Amino acid sequence: MSFWNRHKIFETNSLVLIVGILLVISVGGLVEITPLFYLKSTIEKVDGIRPYTPLELAGRNVYIREGCYLCHSQMIRPLRDETERYGHYSLAAESMYDHPFQWGSKRTGPDLARVGGKYSDDWHVAHLKNPRSIVPQSVMPGYAFLAEAKVDAESLPDHLRANKMLGVPYTDEDISKAIVDVKAQIDPDSPAAADLSKRYPKAVVRNFDAQDGDPTEMDALVAYLQLLGTLVDFKLYNEKANLR
Amino acid sequence: MNQALTPKRITFGEGGLTIVFTLTTVLCVYASIFAKDAPFAFHAALGAAFSAWAVFAIITRYSRRTGQPPQEINGVPNYNLGPIKFLSFMAMFWGIAGFTVGLYIALELAYPGLNVAQWVNFGRLRPLHTSAVVFAFGGNVLLATSFYVVQRTTRARLAGDLAPWFIAIGYNFFIVIAGTGYLLGVTQSKEYAEPEWYADLWLTIVWVTYLLVFVATLMKRKEPHIYVANWFYLAFIITIAVLHLGNNPTLPVSLLGSKSYIAWAGVQDAMFQWWYGHNAVGFFLTAGFLAIMYYFIPKRAERPVYSYRLSIIHFWALIFLYIWAGPHHLHYTALPDWTQTLGMTFSIILWMPSWGGMINGLMTLSGAWDKLRTDPVLRMMVVSVAFYGMSTFEGPMMAIKAVNSLSHYTDWTIGHVHSGALGWVGFVSFGALYCLVPWVWGRKELYSLRLVNWHFWIATLGIVLYISAMWVSGILQGLMWRAYTSLGFLEYSFIETVEAMHPFYAIRAAGGGLFLIGALIMAYNLWMTVRVGESSEAQPRVALQAAE
Repeated sequence: MSFWNRHKIFETNSLVLIVGILLVISVGGLVEITPLFYLKSTIEKVDGIRPYTPLELAGRNVYIREGCYLCHSQMIRPLRDETERYGHYSLAAESMYDHPFQWGSKRTGPDLARVGGKYSDDWHVAHLKNPRSIVPQSVMPGYAFLAEAKVDAESLPDHLRANKMLGVPYTDEDISKAIVDVKAQIDPDSPAAADLSKRYPKAVVRNFDAQDGDPTEMDALVAYLQLLGTLVDFKLYNEKANLR
Repeated sequence: MNQALTPKRITFGEGGLTIVFTLTTVLCVYASIFAKDAPFAFHAALGAAFSAWAVFAIITRYSRRTGQPPQEINGVPNYNLGPIKFLSFMAMFWGIAGFTVGLYIALELAYPGLNVAQWVNFGRLRPLHTSAVVFAFGGNVLLATSFYVVQRTTRARLAGDLAPWFIAIGYNFFIVIAGTGYLLGVTQSKEYAEPEWYADLWLTIVWVTYLLVFVATLMKRKEPHIYVANWFYLAFIITIAVLHLGNNPTLPVSLLGSKSYIAWAGVQDAMFQWWYGHNAVGFFLTAGFLAIMYYFIPKRAERPVYSYRLSIIHFWALIFLYIWAGPHHLHYTALPDWTQTLGMTFSIILWMPSWGGMINGLMTLSGAWDKLRTDPVLRMMVVSVAFYGMSTFEGPMMAIKAVNSLSHYTDWTIGHVHSGALGWVGFVSFGALYCLVPWVWGRKELYSLRLVNWHFWIATLGIVLYISAMWVSGILQGLMWRAYTSLGFLEYSFIETVEAMHPFYAIRAAGGGLFLIGALIMAYNLWMTVRVGESSEAQPRVALQAAE
């Protein structure tokens, strides 16, 4: 009986009960989360990973706003069918600058972690505008309105600055040139485009939606999609480097 | 009764809240005018209107009230029932709204032509559905029942005068901000934690007030012991606060704009998210509703809880183990293997306390099993516990890595969630509301038990259609993704697996439709109970007088 009587202290003293609950619920989270901030496999640096260009970041924000992550994952698991269907399994480093992560939890549509470069810009624009014009069996909503909406270029320096404060290595030059960069990325022949490509290697510089004028949200989203999964060169990547 | 009233004075709460809401009105008007984006301007305007209304409501209430309501009348606790009535009404309202949106997005997946405008595209409506059913319907049920249970089991009036109203209305204002935000594309994209930074801040204030009111009521209790339901409510309130703070630290791009960036990135963000996400299930949708089970089933069955010792083990084991289970949402991802294995192991262990709780709930009916034949409300709650048992077996099974490699990313997950959400959370909430509404409105009984019976069978049929369609579609799609031809090529393109889902999506929508019809029957029944139900006090009084 004595063991059960000891529980009385929790039942007769609400503050003791609160402290008990707090202690008991803290253990699991502390054990599982804390090491992720210092273990090598979760903070590894991999060649090629860089912050998003302002246009890609704007596109990523469209991706988040429209809830794309609810039907598309960005996390290829190391299973035979997935690596054959989508490409090399995803690395922790590939989302190290993702605030927040976009791994997703459901594949109503296919994984997009390595969709970059798989389809043409025209394909993406037509598919986003009316998915069933390209893939008749698709259940994806249409996003034609993105082609009408301009990217809010003026606010992008603030977005880069916020990311920098959270640890994304944007330089002061990146931030001061953000408005120029966002326009340069859809204007391949401009001198600013060469400067952009120097600071953001492998950035895809094209007029994605083939419309004249300032970048649209369609440009931004396609720029982001065309970048996904292309930064790491897996011919050079040493997957044993971080094994212990 | 009049001499029990204290003299009329403006209270600290009335004065303080009037000043605070006056300031927030001014602040919100400023924010609305100088906002950087349209959704933020709209939300700031809503905030201004809400704050101005709050000032008006506090002043009107002050001018109408006589004194402070007494703590007791003739030795009987003077329970505070007003906020509970409001919360019960809002629970039913949001329930129907959330089920309707759920039905619509289910139909969108079967018939994609329904994605007619950016505001109603699947990607924007889906968080509206999940938040409306989990936080709006479930949250209001939890607030209503916890306010009722904590008063009854402590035999003390709810602490605070304006505070319970602040919580009840403030929480629902948070829901409005969150929900309209989703339609306008305001989201942090963290599942079940989509609201942006300003909504999160507001929720933090409301939630801390909730914790304070709940604990203050416990502290002024007249009963020596804190009843088991209150342990579960307390664990739910505290842990949700911890999870909310851990998952949402965020840096706004501008204090006058809606967009923010979450402090965590990549792997760490993923782990924080599913530590939060799984325990939103564990503490919001489980611990909170177990508290309902521990109060409403014994009350309705008129039997004591089966085992006091089992409830102690159930409580501590459940809250300790649940926290570890998050990584099973991240099997085979870039999360380290050891974390995944730890999450899997604890998920399997979690099966035991879950079933311990189920047994404690079911066995409470010992000696009262016959009531299942005659009382459809009790039957609903008992079936909810059975669904709890089923989904807490299915969950650990799906947390096994080998099973998860098939089930993850498929509709099996959706089916699992809904057997828990519709079967367990939905039914136990319906049962609790069927009990609560006659109690707080002082009605002798429900308007119609026949309608409860119809609700029960229609909704049960809906759940069966829903979950079996999702099991088949999930397992089918998982197997199709990994199917190989004899030559070693992948057998199906992705779109062929999408096409195969169509009939199951149509069946699922039909199941959801039945569930919604059941809820509409319930709303009518509760409405009529309040409108035309016989007062519970009328008859005993007549009888007493006749006896005298």
